[in-house]
Amino acid sequence: MNNEEIIAQLPYSKPFLFVDEIVHINENGVEGTYTFDENLDFYKGHFKEMPVTPGVILTEVMAQIGLVCLGVFLFDNSFNKTASIALTSTEIEFLKPVFPKEKVTVISEKIYFRFGKLKCKVIMKNAKGEEVCMGTIAGMIV
Amino acid sequence: MNKEQTIKELKNIVKPYIQNQEAFDALTEDTDFINDLKINSANLVDIILDIEEKYDIVIDNEAMERMVNVKSALEIIETKLSEKNQ
Repeated sequence: MNNEEIIAQLPYSKPFLFVDEIVHINENGVEGTYTFDENLDFYKGHFKEMPVTPGVILTEVMAQIGLVCLGVFLFDNSFNKTASIALTSTEIEFLKPVFPKEKVTVISEKIYFRFGKLKCKVIMKNAKGEEVCMGTIAGMIV
Repeated sequence: MNKEQTIKELKNIVKPYIQNQEAFDALTEDTDFINDLKINSANLVDIILDIEEKYDIVIDNEAMERMVNVKSALEIIETKLSEKNQ
């Protein structure tokens, strides 16, 4: 499965698809990018007159690239439309704000993939290479 | 394998994941991880990995599915340890 095919397998669509490109992926981890469209709806309210990407959305970007893309790759062809995935835990620290139009890179390293559960150490960096958030995220096939 | 000792070790392993302190304090061999201790199924995976590390054993899918309570966990640990020492 190539990188475009992995993105095509993701169970998300606009306005909730937060993966633009997979830079590289292997059985131990993944690196991918996403650029925040300034027209995303939540910027109208978070915050009033001062758009900043919400932490839950940064977490979602980290989960979609770092966990779900890697999960699709690891499950290979056994991942299909009937499989349903669930986020099971997140522990994230937020270090810097991310504004509209910023491009972020997510780097995820597998901690383990056992009994259908994938747990990863995930870091998000901005275009300057600064860490904006980091932590551990886990999910399962249910 | 000393059962009392193993139960004590097992209690230490599950402690970070329990949601029902009363059931944990009153833990017996019949205590069910999910129904009594209210451990969620995702955290059960972490418990199994902690058990593997503690006893240096490998727990397969079939054993994982059987590991629903303290009693079955003790049996699985004992079986895997004896297989290892053969």
